[in-house]
Amino acid sequence: MLIAFFADIHANRQAFEACLAHARDQGAERTVLLGDYVGYGADPDWVMQRVMDLAADGAALVLGNHDAAVGGSTNGMNIEARVAIEWTRTELGKPARDFLDALPLSRTDDDRLYVHSEASDPKKWIYVTGTLEAANSLSATPAHVTFCGHVHRPALYSLSATAKMTSFTPTAGAAVPLLPGRRWLAVLGAVGQPRDGNPAAAYALYDTGRGELTYVRVPYDVETAAARIRKQGLPVWLADRLFVGK
Amino acid sequence: MVKPLHETGVEIDGFRLEAMVHRGGMAMLWRVSKPGLEGPMLMKVPRIGEGADPAAIVGFEMEQMILPKLNGPHVPKFIAAGDFARQPYLVMEAIDSPSLLKRLPQLPLPYDEVARLGVRIAEALDDLHRQHVVHLDVKPSNILFRSGGEAVLIDFGLSHHDRLPDLMQEEFRVPFGTAPYMSPEQLRGIRNEPRSDLFALGVLLYFFSTGVRPFGESETMRGMRRRLWRDPMPPRALRPEYPPWLQEIVLRCLEVEAGRRHPTAAQLAFDLSHPGEVKLTSRSEKRERDSFTTVMRRRFNTDLTAQRRTPVTEQLTSAPIVAVAVDVGAEAAPVNAALLDVTARMLATLPDARLACLNVLKSSAIAIDSTLDKEGHNKQIDRLVRLKDWAAPLKLDERRLTAHVLEGTDPAAAILDFVTANRVDHVLIGARRDSFRRRVLGSVSAKVATEAACSVTIVRAPRVPLGDA
Repeated sequence: MLIAFFADIHANRQAFEACLAHARDQGAERTVLLGDYVGYGADPDWVMQRVMDLAADGAALVLGNHDAAVGGSTNGMNIEARVAIEWTRTELGKPARDFLDALPLSRTDDDRLYVHSEASDPKKWIYVTGTLEAANSLSATPAHVTFCGHVHRPALYSLSATAKMTSFTPTAGAAVPLLPGRRWLAVLGAVGQPRDGNPAAAYALYDTGRGELTYVRVPYDVETAAARIRKQGLPVWLADRLFVGK
Repeated sequence: MVKPLHETGVEIDGFRLEAMVHRGGMAMLWRVSKPGLEGPMLMKVPRIGEGADPAAIVGFEMEQMILPKLNGPHVPKFIAAGDFARQPYLVMEAIDSPSLLKRLPQLPLPYDEVARLGVRIAEALDDLHRQHVVHLDVKPSNILFRSGGEAVLIDFGLSHHDRLPDLMQEEFRVPFGTAPYMSPEQLRGIRNEPRSDLFALGVLLYFFSTGVRPFGESETMRGMRRRLWRDPMPPRALRPEYPPWLQEIVLRCLEVEAGRRHPTAAQLAFDLSHPGEVKLTSRSEKRERDSFTTVMRRRFNTDLTAQRRTPVTEQLTSAPIVAVAVDVGAEAAPVNAALLDVTARMLATLPDARLACLNVLKSSAIAIDSTLDKEGHNKQIDRLVRLKDWAAPLKLDERRLTAHVLEGTDPAAAILDFVTANRVDHVLIGARRDSFRRRVLGSVSAKVATEAACSVTIVRAPRVPLGDA
């Protein structure tokens, strides 16, 4: 089965549409959404509608920190993120807000764990930026592969049978076999706000039969997404950063 | 449940163990058969379990990831892999030839035979590097030959793949490899340098042509590290009749700094196939090792420790072999000027590229041509001189420039043969705007562009010659 993973959509309609269309063309049969549907971007309402439709069609979902902040606190967020969440609250209707409130922090699916951030204590929203956090995350689950987002930069970690960690920056489009002899943590790049210097939207495809993970990059209409952010009066940096992917 | 495979007749996933062909420290090799699958097959079973070398497991994992990604005649074809949790194994095509290890009792081999072996191994390495892989364990026992002559590289347990996690790098902070063949940068833990394989091939060429290993067989870290500053004895010190061109090539492969070796395996193959075209430097004449001060300078040069950041394939794309087909006839002057301009612009961005200037001497299909024209000048020499004259304004280092006069009845076919045999990456060729000859005889450039496996740029003289407007 081919599963498409999307993380950190951040209300970027143009990026999400491009990734969904790409995944459909690749023959993806199942959708997993790894949180942070809203925040930063200018189309939370459209994105939430699409997310709820996908959930109704059987997609697996978890909660992200920006999603949690809509109905909760923005403590610990930087000023731009806070401004965007405050604006998002005014944009979302009750059904979308209730939907976000009901999302789980993590979800297990066969031998896979889905979670937005580091898995040992998901509500702490710890970033997996190195082998230390990756090891903590992997020690918290028996799953063969953990999929997470939150960092906005793609990375792939593995833990060997002899408890050694490896880290790797994936190349877009190159399938990596997730060998059965070790356990893996796949950090996805962001759909809606990439930060690895490449402005193309990021998602991933996992082929459960072959055990192969492919990180994918999809160019999308950045101009429109950025123009929408400016039009809504959101912080200009949130628009500008989309062009450079940082 | 991990159960060791060790009995003839045992079947796993339909593969029947026929005979054990090798039992090493890291793995066992079995000849296997399976109904419906043709041809000889080998199953590699890692030695895992109590007391197994962790490197054996990681090496097997690396090979399990890399081998299925590889294609072409220079690697054994991947057939199947077994699940690690149940029974790890790899099934691949068996190459029915002994490895180069079998030749050791015959060393030293004749120089031309060493060069021929070197060309074939370098071609295999070029193919591997283009597939994003650095082998990192090039040595006689890992090199076999198909019946058609192509070298086949085996054992990717220590290899690095640019697009896959490097489990070796992360797991073991000490270098892995085979002591006599390991490059200086490998000893420093750098695993993504394709020219490490050229160093190992240089060790092999040195060994096969002199009968002596250039850095001995020391396996201690201290002994191996000496190669970071101490150069080997020049082959000509061991064998006075050793050809200078071969010493030039071998010592260039063995340069401590990767940047001083051939930029790519394809360029090394090019040199080995054209001994007469090898630019001889002071290396070729050396009969003594480097002086004490040079060795000391190297010893305290810290630049060598810098980690490479460029991916494997980037090194290849920055160092292509470019062939330019030049028509030396007088009427070709305008297009030749344009060709020179395009060539100069292209080479300006590719400091490691090398340029092969080609001209075809048309031989008659019927009469046996005299190689002497009526003025008594040798046509070949005349064409070579004119090719070099055409290239002179490029002011290229001689090491980057070669001139070749090809012979054939069909110029396009002669160019295409050269392009294939020498792994040319890009052909530049001039075309006339409109000519009676082209309409009648067909266009050489069109045929080259249609049939070449590489990129072809067709250059025409400007519509209005510059300066005349």
